[in-house]
Amino acid sequence: MTDRKIRVLVAKPGLDGHDRGAKTVASALRDYGMEVIYTGLHQTPEAIAEIAAQEDVDVVGLSILSGAHMTLFPRVREELVKRDMAHVVLTGGGIIPSDDMLELEKQGYAKLFGPGTHTEEIAKWIQAEMQRRFAAEARS
Amino acid sequence: MSEGLRIAERLLAGDRTALARLISWAENGDSRFRAAHAAFYGRVGRARRIGITGPPGAGKSTLVNELARVLRGQQKTVGILAVDPTSPISGGALLGDRIRMESRTLDPGVFIRSMASRESHGGLARAAVDACDAMDAFGFDVILLETVGVGQAEYDVVGAADSVLVVLCPGAGDGIQAMKAGLLEVADVLVVNKCDLDGADRLQNDLSEAVHVRFTKRAWTPPIVAVSAGKSFGVEELVQEVERHFAHLEAADLALSRRSKRVQHVENVVDERLHRLLWRDRGWRAHVERELARTVSPYEVAEGVLAELTARLSAGPSMSPVDRKVSTP
Repeated sequence: MTDRKIRVLVAKPGLDGHDRGAKTVASALRDYGMEVIYTGLHQTPEAIAEIAAQEDVDVVGLSILSGAHMTLFPRVREELVKRDMAHVVLTGGGIIPSDDMLELEKQGYAKLFGPGTHTEEIAKWIQAEMQRRFAAEARS
Repeated sequence: MSEGLRIAERLLAGDRTALARLISWAENGDSRFRAAHAAFYGRVGRARRIGITGPPGAGKSTLVNELARVLRGQQKTVGILAVDPTSPISGGALLGDRIRMESRTLDPGVFIRSMASRESHGGLARAAVDACDAMDAFGFDVILLETVGVGQAEYDVVGAADSVLVVLCPGAGDGIQAMKAGLLEVADVLVVNKCDLDGADRLQNDLSEAVHVRFTKRAWTPPIVAVSAGKSFGVEELVQEVERHFAHLEAADLALSRRSKRVQHVENVVDERLHRLLWRDRGWRAHVERELARTVSPYEVAEGVLAELTARLSAGPSMSPVDRKVSTP
C-alpha cells in the first residue's frame, strides 16, 4: 500500500447539539495527516454506519455528550457489522464516566477519550493502532 | 481468483462495500485496482458524468444535493464524488461536503464519496476518473463529480466529465474574476447560484457578455441558468439544460468526446507512475540532492538527469511509439 492514508469518520450521534469537541478533534487529526470526514450533528447510528461504509474509513470516532453512550456504541457497532464493516476501529469520547469507559472497553470497543485529553494523545494512539493493523494486513 | 477479480465481481453484483473499497484502492494507487478495473471496464460507459466546479463558497455541495433530489425524482440513481483540498502542510484533509448532502445518506439510490486532492502529478484526476468508472460499472445512472475550481489539477478532474457546470454566485467578484480564473473555458453550463441575492442580475449580464465574446464560433454556447440551490429554486430548469447539453454531445459524437478524454486519463496514469518511479522508487531525489550539494546549478542538475534518462530510454533509434497494426474491428 504505497499511498495509504488513515481515513477517520468523526460522528455526532443522537440529540446533543454541542460539536465543538468533535470539530476540534477532527481538525487535530487532519493536522496529523489523516483524512477526516465530519458528519454534522444529530446522526442516527444507521446513518453513521452507512457513511462509514461509503467512505471506507479505518476509524469511527463518536462524540457523545448526552449520556446515551451505553446505547449508542452498541447500536453503531451493530449497524457497522450489517454493512460488512466490523473491522473498523470504533472509538470515541465525550462525557463518559470512567466506569462506563472501562465497561465499553471490556465489550471490545477501542480506547475512549474523556475531557481534558490532549488531541496529540488521540492522534498518536490512532496512528499507532493503524500502523499495527496496516502491518498485519501487509503480512497476511 | 485474484483479489481484484473477486472485488470486481462483487461490484457488478451491486455490493456497495466493494465499491467503497475499490475507490480507496484507486486513491492509494493500489495495483489491485488495476486488475479489478480491467475486469469491470466492459461495463463502463452507461452513466452520464456531470462535473460541478466553481470557487469556494459558491454553493456547489448544496447544488449537488439539489441535483440529486431532482434526479432521484426522475427515478435515476446517483453516484456522487466530492473532492476537497488536502492540506499542503500536514497532508491531511477535512472532508465536509457530505454535511450539505445529509438528506441523501440513507437513500439506497445514492452513494456519496469524499475524496481528498492529495498530491497532484495526475494522481487526483486519475483517481477521480477511476472512482467514476467504478460507480459507472456499479450501475449508477448519473455521476456528479464536485471539485473546487482552483488550479489545473482540479480542472482536469471536472474536464473528464461529459458536461461541466461552473457555479458562481454574486458578491464574490464580478464575471471578470471568473474569466481570469479560466472557469469560463471549461463551462458547458454556467450556473448563477444564490440568484435571490443582490448582484445576481449583474453577474448574469457580465457572464452573458463574456460568453458572447468568447463562444461565438463554437458549436455549443453555454447557457446561463439562475438558481437558488438553498431554496430549491431553478434546479429542474438546470437539469433540463444539462440534458440539452448531453443531447448535443450525442448528436455530435459522444464516443469521440469520451475517447479524447480517455487520452487524458492514460497520460495521467503514465505521468503519475513515472513520477513515482523516478523520484521515489529509483532514488533520483537523492541523486539530485547530492548534485546540488556540489554547488551545481538546478538547471545543470536537471540537464544531467534528462540526459541520462534520455540515453536509457532511447535504446532504440527513436522515442516515438511503435505503430502497431490494429487488428480489432
